Amino acid sequence: MTFFILKRLGLAILVSLAVSAIAFFLLRISGDIAIAIAGEGARDIDIAAARQLHGLDRPLIVQYWVWLLQIFNGDFGQSIFFKSDVLSLVWAKLPVTLLLGVLSLAFALVISIPLGILAAVFANSWIDRLALSVAVVGQALPNFFFALVLIVLFSITLRWLPVSGSATWAHYIMPVIALGYYVAPAFMRLVRAGMIDVLSADYIRTARAKGLPAHIVIFKHALRNAVMPVVALTAVQLGYLLGGSVVIETIFALDGLGFLAYQSITHKDFPVIQAVVMLLSVLYVLLTLLGDIANAWLNPRLRIS
Amino acid sequence: MADTLLEVEGLSVDIKTGNGTLHTVRNISFSVKRGETLCLVGESGCGKSMTSLAIMDLLPKGAKRSARQLVFAGEDLTSKKADQFNVLRGNRMAMIFQEPMTALNPAYTIGDQLMEGYRRHKSAGIAEARDRAVFLLNKVGIAAADERFGQYPHQLSGGLRQRVMIAMALMCGPELLIADEPTTALDVTIQAQILRLLAELREELGIAIILITHDLGVVARIADQVAVMYAGEIVEQGRATDIFSDPRHPYTRGLIDCIPLPGKTTPGRKLGVIPGVVPSLIGEITGCTFRDRCAHAEAQCREPPPPRQVPHHSWRCILEDA
Amino acid sequence: MVDAALSLQTIMEPAAGARLRRRMFGQKSFVLGGGLLLVIIVVALLAPLLATHDPYTQDLARRMVPPFWYGKGSFEHILGTDNLGRDYFSRLLYGARISLLIGLSVMVISGIIGTALGLVAGYFGGKADLAVTFLVTTRLAMPVMLVALAVVAIVGGSLPVIILVLGFLKWDRFAVVMRSATQQARSLDYVAAAEAVGASTSRIILGEILPNVLPQLIVVATLEAASAILLEASLSFLGLGVQPPLPSWGLMISEAKSYMFFSFWLIAIPGTMLALLVLAINLAGDGLRDIFAPEGR
Repeated sequence: MTFFILKRLGLAILVSLAVSAIAFFLLRISGDIAIAIAGEGARDIDIAAARQLHGLDRPLIVQYWVWLLQIFNGDFGQSIFFKSDVLSLVWAKLPVTLLLGVLSLAFALVISIPLGILAAVFANSWIDRLALSVAVVGQALPNFFFALVLIVLFSITLRWLPVSGSATWAHYIMPVIALGYYVAPAFMRLVRAGMIDVLSADYIRTARAKGLPAHIVIFKHALRNAVMPVVALTAVQLGYLLGGSVVIETIFALDGLGFLAYQSITHKDFPVIQAVVMLLSVLYVLLTLLGDIANAWLNPRLRIS
Repeated sequence: MADTLLEVEGLSVDIKTGNGTLHTVRNISFSVKRGETLCLVGESGCGKSMTSLAIMDLLPKGAKRSARQLVFAGEDLTSKKADQFNVLRGNRMAMIFQEPMTALNPAYTIGDQLMEGYRRHKSAGIAEARDRAVFLLNKVGIAAADERFGQYPHQLSGGLRQRVMIAMALMCGPELLIADEPTTALDVTIQAQILRLLAELREELGIAIILITHDLGVVARIADQVAVMYAGEIVEQGRATDIFSDPRHPYTRGLIDCIPLPGKTTPGRKLGVIPGVVPSLIGEITGCTFRDRCAHAEAQCREPPPPRQVPHHSWRCILEDA
Repeated sequence: MVDAALSLQTIMEPAAGARLRRRMFGQKSFVLGGGLLLVIIVVALLAPLLATHDPYTQDLARRMVPPFWYGKGSFEHILGTDNLGRDYFSRLLYGARISLLIGLSVMVISGIIGTALGLVAGYFGGKADLAVTFLVTTRLAMPVMLVALAVVAIVGGSLPVIILVLGFLKWDRFAVVMRSATQQARSLDYVAAAEAVGASTSRIILGEILPNVLPQLIVVATLEAASAILLEASLSFLGLGVQPPLPSWGLMISEAKSYMFFSFWLIAIPGTMLALLVLAINLAGDGLRDIFAPEGR
């Protein structure tokens, strides 16, 4: 188990480094940042000055090394648009996005796990077919369109919820639904498939032969084994939710990382973009690492070997 | 008949499939006395397992049970609802399955799985259930029972897991134990150990056992009563000694000829083989189910075979004596 | 009894081709999704013939005309006009072309990259496998939406850029599925036989393994095409995708969102079309998966 964790940790560090390199070079290769920094209508001399000031005249690999060292010292540079320290800017927005991600995930799980279990227990019945249909339709609905429909319905027509902002809990309801519903079908299908598989296992018959009531057979004996792949997917989907927050936060003007990323992208604020990409990627790597460890811990075969 | 534990009369199991209804068990009747071992024998696919699952009410989805009578210790099983059955199952009647490798839940310890049925049925505390579990693990011949108690199934060999399954079945002190091919998946030396264990337990605890097997060698070692199944029907049943010394049905005779016996089987000579395959179980079969494979088949076999009987022994065939 | 049923089934089983055909048409979601998709494709191809107006011609005098079923609507513009007075129905038809083009091209580009990586990893194993797995893990760590937005912001949004960016970002699922499918196919007897006979590696991969993993490839391809269409719509919605005046459905929703409170149909029509198209592709893909592996449902 310790070896397993160390191995996964090593991989996580390598992947994070690779992502940092990509995030760096992608932005450098894509265009001349000096022009962007100098701003529109800048003279050649201003651009040259910006280039020198930001060390952009040095070889790329040196620039990357310097940038990496700075990151390890917690220095993500200065925002061009917001004119402030990138790290503190990003750090301030992180909680909103994390809250949005976790709540969306919880929303998705609360819908999908019971539906998946029901669909599996009553496989091929009308309940199953209904659940699958809802999943198929849900997966086809673009989330930005769904978000707009929610706004029209709950904010304009019914006047129940605020349109935009992040001041109160009520501000999170629609973003959470709009972001969370999209990952629910994947969970539902996984829970359903896993439960159908597990419910036909020999040990389920053993459990029934012991005279255990249906709810113990389903929740203790079946779900515990069916839930393992779900744990792995949870980490992956949380990563997806964090990335998907760009669209949803922008629509609802929810003041998190996604909205910050959108603003910095439209203003070509490269240090901020780099920082957000880095942060979300490393977060994803950490989450999958945690997911793997949780999975190994849930599976006695991996835990005790 | 005071000591009859299980009375089965006119039991049938049907499974609906895309190609028609499979009649896997066809109107069979038998009974088991307390403390007695009944062996259900037959080739795979003859309905033995379905019979045992029907008694335990563990039939897979889509399989339907019907019976004129299904009485366990004076209680009518046909009218019991699922939760009423749960009071009997695992408590007064228990079952061991063919596949010890997959019959235990990989996510929980042996101890947890041993105790859960006992704690539910006997409303026992953890300490009491634990004592009982360790006692039974010892009883079924597991060394270092205390240590095994906290282990997971994947840490045990197949033979050990089957012993755990037996201990688990015995937890609540059942009156009836159904063992469905308990030794098939194990290697030969372990098979012998497990059979000896079952025989000892029957002597010691007075449990009635229904042993399901395709292996007549196993039957010869443990059975009091034998019922031979073919294509969903019981074609011959009676006392084990009578069945072996005086088999009347051609199919039973064929099965017995398939057993290699030291002394009886001439080395180098081919063992008996029953040619042909079991008929399709879809739809009704009129006449004798075995006639396509029978060396004695006659035109008369297209009619339902007459039931024949001598004391402690009955069969269904046109022949008095194979 | 299961054995008996099985042997009966093998006797009654018709030839493989007929069986596949029967399964395809017996598969409701495939028929429904495939049919819907076919209709959308035909409509998109025939857009110049079916369109009642030029999709780019503005008519500021006739702005925001509602569809015909509203009181103020008319059959002159069956789905009304947008805020610049362009005919909504005609724009919708031409928009289908953009979505389909995006879905198809991204699918081809990412499919080629991902399949190549997956085949190499699955066939050669060892270091090649490790390298590909690492690439996939790294790629998965980067949020597609964000990276795509960033690149588009720098390079500038246009149809070819969107196609290239998404194509180079979305190969991960192809690689993952192809890798495991190839590993399975590799262990098949006739692949081992081809190796033993001394067939060249490229011949084995292209001639023996690729045809074998084709079903999985097709299923992934449909699902990826649908996901690419949704991503383009999201990018265009944020203003960092296809640029005006092209009638991308995502862009149409974006342009209409300021008016959605009064003219809900302006977002509802392209939104519904987008959902229908993605639904059709997903249904067809799900159906295909069941047809190829009926037990895997």
